[in-house]
Amino acid sequence: MTGSLAAIGAGLAVIGAAIGIGQIGGKAMEAIARQPEAVGDIRSNMILMAALVEGAALIAILLSFFVG
Amino acid sequence: MRKLGFIFLFISIACFVTAQQQGSKRTNQQSTHQNHQGHNHAQGDHSGHNHAKGDHSGHNHAQGDHSGHNHAQGDHSGHNHAHGAHDDHGGHMNACGHVVHDHSEFNPGAVAFHHISDQNVYSIGPWQLPLPCFLYTHKDSEGGSKFDVFSSGNFKADYHGNGSVAYNGYVLYEGSARRIRGNFNRDGAVPLKSGSHSVYAVEEMQDNGKKKDQLYLCEGGKIFLVDSKSTLDGGLFGGGITSFTDFSMTKNVVSMIIVCLFLFWLFRKVARAYKNRQGLAPTGIQGFIETIFVFIQDEVAKPFLGKRWQEFIPILMALFFFILGLNLFGQIPFFGGSNVTGSLSVTAVLAIVAFLVTTKNGNKDYWKHIFNMPGLPAWVKIIVTPVEMMGAFIVKPLTLMLRLFGNMTAGHMVIVIFVGLIFIFGKNGMNPAAGWGMVIPSALLTLFMMAIELLVAFIQAFVFTILTASYIGAATEEHHH
Repeated sequence: MTGSLAAIGAGLAVIGAAIGIGQIGGKAMEAIARQPEAVGDIRSNMILMAALVEGAALIAILLSFFVG
Repeated sequence: MRKLGFIFLFISIACFVTAQQQGSKRTNQQSTHQNHQGHNHAQGDHSGHNHAKGDHSGHNHAQGDHSGHNHAQGDHSGHNHAHGAHDDHGGHMNACGHVVHDHSEFNPGAVAFHHISDQNVYSIGPWQLPLPCFLYTHKDSEGGSKFDVFSSGNFKADYHGNGSVAYNGYVLYEGSARRIRGNFNRDGAVPLKSGSHSVYAVEEMQDNGKKKDQLYLCEGGKIFLVDSKSTLDGGLFGGGITSFTDFSMTKNVVSMIIVCLFLFWLFRKVARAYKNRQGLAPTGIQGFIETIFVFIQDEVAKPFLGKRWQEFIPILMALFFFILGLNLFGQIPFFGGSNVTGSLSVTAVLAIVAFLVTTKNGNKDYWKHIFNMPGLPAWVKIIVTPVEMMGAFIVKPLTLMLRLFGNMTAGHMVIVIFVGLIFIFGKNGMNPAAGWGMVIPSALLTLFMMAIELLVAFIQAFVFTILTASYIGAATEEHHH
């Protein structure tokens, strides 16, 4: 088996991020479908939440890259 | 003017803290000996060195077969490399018996780290702009405590950032100043005999069990240990306290000064436009900045800060535009690619400033909620209080710092790797057809990544600001039970 445990850790972190951001996007789509005139508010909140979730995942990826 | 005062405060603190930035990460992801994980050394010649004694595939190290090697014993605590025949790893053998990487094989990890880390020379395209170096050697090193001030042009660096001249006992390797340990001529300029290939990295097992790249200098048949600058991260990124601290004006510092001066000029222009054109509709750059300014004011400051939003507009605007400016400055192609916000020291300072602002403006309710949360039974408070303290003092600044650092560093690294795809596929010149064929896909991928990075630059600046506003709002919230 090639590669290191750190790479596996990074991959696991990305799974979490992908699930989280996928949920955010999905709920945002539903909300827009329910109330199309609120598109602006929903979009900016969606991007903000995605950035926070992404931050956690990137911290994990970078730590696994540097430390492992 | 207060907002700009905050910006200058950032710079001065960051200039100081830049010294504590992460030091040598893996300068060479693969060790210069590509096929094996450790070294076979003549037994009994180590004091305190841990080498993974692995299996060499196809390497012959004839014991005791030195061809004219002089190892001055006092120089490096008994480090003896008994090497015989070596396979060629895409490099040439230097006088000390080690194969030195001479860039005939492309090393994407090392190139990526080189491009995202801080450097003592500012390289714009093919030109290396020398920057002033302020290097302080600690008290208990050879020669005692010493403060050196000189220009990094003295290192005579080539375009890889490797210097061919050692100056005052320091040498430039991969853009960073490093200090030579041991009995080296520390008086002025000492031209190195192997030129810019005199310093090389060897991946070794350190005392704490982790693998790290140890740098060596081969000069006149002697091997010297080479130290990287001290960092405060406790060895997390391969650093730790070493024999010297680097207070230089590095690429990051110069970039911060440039961005700060640019923001100063820009906002003076906008402010003058407001004064000269009172009552008229905004035009040009005034309109552009006003849009962003009003957006932050209405979406970030007013909702989170309530009544006292005007007091905190300067710090929030300073944070937002400074981070945005730094993020975007790092995205300018061919201009050195200075990854300022991708350095832990800069983001640490920004997080510390945000933390100081919230702590200073915390009212009694805020502290009560942390240390003595009302409405809970005593046994729950025992659990909740440490968690709240950790959250307020450790987690919030730490996540602010790491989020910004991680996003910008990851983006930079991906862009460098995408461009490096050309060299990986072209096998660094061995397969020019594949290299040329890879140019268009790699350029498209890089363009795509750079577009995403522009978006990420805005988003990360915005997220930092909005989180700081939310923390300040939580700290200044009035009692409303």
